[in-house]
Amino acid sequence: MTYSLAELCICAAAEAFRGDGEYMVTSIGLVPRLAASLAKSTFEPGLMMTEGEAYLVSEPVPVGPRGDYKPKIEGLMTYERVFDIVNRGMRHAMVTPVQLDRYGQMNISIVGDYDKPKTALLGVRGYPGNTINNSNSMFVPSHDARTFVDGEVDMVGGIGYNSARWPGGKQPRYLDLRRIVSNLAVMDFGGPDHAIQVISLHPGVTFDQVQENTGFELAKADEIGTTVAPTDDQLEVLSRLDPHEMRATVFKGNPTGAAE
Amino acid sequence: MIDKTTSIEEIASSIESGMTLGIGGWGARRKPMAVIRELLKTDVKDLTILSYGGPDVGMLAAAGKIRKLVFGFVSMDLVPLEGHFRQARQRGAIEVMEVDEGMFQLGLKAAAARLPFLPTRVGFGSDVMTTNPDIKTITSPYEDGEEFIAMPALKADIAICHVNEADVAGNSRISGPDPFFDEWFCRAADRAYLTTEAIVETDTFNDPMVALQMPIERNLIAGVAHAPCGAHPTSCGPLYGMDVVHLQHYNGLAKEGLDGYVSDFVTGKGLSDYIESAGGYEYVRALPLPIF
Repeated sequence: MTYSLAELCICAAAEAFRGDGEYMVTSIGLVPRLAASLAKSTFEPGLMMTEGEAYLVSEPVPVGPRGDYKPKIEGLMTYERVFDIVNRGMRHAMVTPVQLDRYGQMNISIVGDYDKPKTALLGVRGYPGNTINNSNSMFVPSHDARTFVDGEVDMVGGIGYNSARWPGGKQPRYLDLRRIVSNLAVMDFGGPDHAIQVISLHPGVTFDQVQENTGFELAKADEIGTTVAPTDDQLEVLSRLDPHEMRATVFKGNPTGAAE
Repeated sequence: MIDKTTSIEEIASSIESGMTLGIGGWGARRKPMAVIRELLKTDVKDLTILSYGGPDVGMLAAAGKIRKLVFGFVSMDLVPLEGHFRQARQRGAIEVMEVDEGMFQLGLKAAAARLPFLPTRVGFGSDVMTTNPDIKTITSPYEDGEEFIAMPALKADIAICHVNEADVAGNSRISGPDPFFDEWFCRAADRAYLTTEAIVETDTFNDPMVALQMPIERNLIAGVAHAPCGAHPTSCGPLYGMDVVHLQHYNGLAKEGLDGYVSDFVTGKGLSDYIESAGGYEYVRALPLPIF
């Protein structure tokens, strides 16, 4: 079966949740949400997730207008409860930062000078708490040096493997950055001193191409493979999780995932 | 019998320049917008605003009423970036205390418990600490000896929240799925005001399942104002959703400023005039609940 780049990214991002058991997932944005939903629908059925507002659901809620579909509520997860359990752990967040640096530090607050920013965005939101307490992964739809910045991000919201910023120079004990999926490659933090390393390249993409679009030096995994293509089963599950094919809008022109 | 009935106009007129104001709700959800609009008619300024921010923050910022904003985010959910807030922030027009959403909660809870701070790990390693040099750390007095951030209490002079139902004594019910942090805003404030979709008889609350939806203590409440559709253009589940078209229109005015919006929707208008100008009660009550 043919598949799109978006579907390739969703399946690669779902792998971030493998082994999470009964962790609660918080997935912000369409690709992270479909990735977590796919993981729960297939190899990690124990994951806890919400319908996007306040209720835990026993099966992932399809994205977009729901028609007659009613979320299958299995519990309550208000924002207050989220901020309480963030400190307890057993949670994995997947987000899309505006900037990401070599340490895995993430920014969604501002671009430019802090006091008079060129661009004001959202604010740190829950990034500091998510990253110091929980596992975190990222989806980056536009792999370029504006996103993967040289130096540090302009406002560190999500913390990373940067000992200069750790209290007493000691690594925070629950810090756990997992996986980065971009439109070009899949990366993790398995390089020397948790450096970001490429673990697989999407079909037709070269390492040099990824490096040229990254503002810092990337490490290479011992064996860099090709990102695993979605299976027919995965594509079938995705068509149920995304009945309106919103995933076709992730990348301009909805490019194919396989090499041309 | 206790009667705390007041009006949105009286609530707004009790707010003075220089005060710290805690605003309930979340983003574009269940914000006490009727009082925010009344505030736009006053010459109050130099406010310190505590908010999980949405158009409440954007309107007050655009109107030049904010000296300092304490926040984790400002967003209108389905309209993710709040243009008026962004403009004020990019001009350097407001002082900010930007903290993690969970730190914000701890600040409210510290104030509610009459404590100077509550300890947390959240903030370490991030620029929350470098941009807020006033936030201090504390070492655990127990064997672990771990260092923590001492999130300072976020005390308010006044808190304002919008609820689904209230009686004249200040008992109240939030019937949407998430009360957000409204009870903590009320507990963190010297006095709190409620605006409500409906004023009901106390007997309405005589139901154990209803009582589970009543997080705010009556004795915190100084006044209750009837404000049907008072959260518009933000949502008030399960009664009505956010008015995305209105929010987009408002957001589209960010570069030119708020004057046109104020003359269209605020100046000389009471709540029912406002609702008429925004499409009418029937229109607002038919706004679909958002799907996230």
